[in-house]
Amino acid sequence: MSTPPSPLWEVFVRPARGTNHVHVGSLHAEDATLALQNARDLYTRRNEGVSIWVVRSADITASSPEEKDSFFEPSADKPYRHPTFYTIPEGVEHL
Amino acid sequence: MSNSEPVTSFMAESPGAPANADVAAYAIRLGDDALILSHRLSEWSAHAPQIEEDIALANIALDLLGQARSLLSYGGSFSGRSEDDLAYLREERRFTNLQLTELENGNFAVTMIRQLLFSCYQRELYRDLESSRDAQLAAIAAKAVKEVAYHVEHARTWIIRLGDGTELSHDRTQAALETVWPFSHEMFEDDELAHRIADLGVAPLPSSLRPAWLGAVQDILTEATLSLPGDEWKPSGGRKGMHTEGFGYLLAEMQHLHRSHPGARW
Repeated sequence: MSTPPSPLWEVFVRPARGTNHVHVGSLHAEDATLALQNARDLYTRRNEGVSIWVVRSADITASSPEEKDSFFEPSADKPYRHPTFYTIPEGVEHL
Repeated sequence: MSNSEPVTSFMAESPGAPANADVAAYAIRLGDDALILSHRLSEWSAHAPQIEEDIALANIALDLLGQARSLLSYGGSFSGRSEDDLAYLREERRFTNLQLTELENGNFAVTMIRQLLFSCYQRELYRDLESSRDAQLAAIAAKAVKEVAYHVEHARTWIIRLGDGTELSHDRTQAALETVWPFSHEMFEDDELAHRIADLGVAPLPSSLRPAWLGAVQDILTEATLSLPGDEWKPSGGRKGMHTEGFGYLLAEMQHLHRSHPGARW
C-alpha cells in the first residue's frame, strides 16, 4: 500500500456500569466515527464493554521516560501520604 | 426447494419444526441469503484495505453465519435435514439465495454497496418478521435485527466516505452502484411462495418492503453524493435456483472440505 497509514487512535473501554474506562489498545482510522466503529469491532466482540472512548493518539500528552525520576521518585519515601496510619473503627464494613 | 415442488400441508415431523413445507422453504430462502453473503464476506479475510476493516467484515460475516445456522436448522427440521446437509450437500440449483448475495466482491466499493442494499433490506424484513405468526422466525428476527442495524451503520459510514470522498472514490462507488443495483429488484419480487407465506401471516410480501427500503437507501446515497441508477434491467432467478456464473466457484470452495471429508469436525 502506497497510501500513508490512517491516524492512530487510543481506545478506552468501560467493562460495566459504574466502572472506569480502561485503556485497551490502539487502532488506525480515518476519522472519529470510523475509529469508534473499528473499536467496537476490535475490542468489544467478546462482550467486553458497555461504553467506548476513542482519542487521537497525537492529542495525548504523555510523561517522558527520562522524567521518570523527577516525576515519580520523590513520592517513594513519603509513606505518610498513604492512608495506612488510620485505625478503622470496629463495625465499619464498607470503607 | 424450487417453487415448482408440490405444495404440501401435512403436519411437521417434530414439534419445533415449521408448520408446513412453505414455511420451511421460506426459512431456507432467508438462510441461504445469509449463508452465501457470509461466505462472500469471509473471502475478504486477510485482504481488506486495513486490518481493522478485516475484522469488521469478518464480524459481519459471522453475524450472518449465525443467522444462517438458525434459519437453515429450522427450515431443514421439517424434512429431517441438518444445517450442514443444507449448506454442504446441496447442488447449485437447490440454493434459493438472491443473486445479489452471491455477487463477486469486486473492489471494496462493490462490497460495501452490496452490503448497504442488502442490509437495508434485511433490516426492513426482520423488523416485520419480529411480529410473525411463526414464533421461531419471530425469535430469530428479534435477535438478528440488532446485528443488522450495525451492518447498515457500517456500510452507511463507508458509502458516505467513499461517495463523498475523492473524485476517484466517487467514480468507483458510483460504478459499483450501477453494477449492483439491478440485482436489488429480486429482493422485492412476490412469487407464489411469497404470496402463500404472506397469506399465512408468517412474513410480509417482499414488494411491501421496498418503499421503506428505497427511502433509507436514497437518503444515504444522497448524502454520499451518488445518483440513483435507472431501473431498466432486473435480473432474477435466485429463488428458483438460477445463479450467476461465479456461484459454482463459491460453492466449490465452501463445500469442498465437507464433501472430501464427510462429517469433518474442528
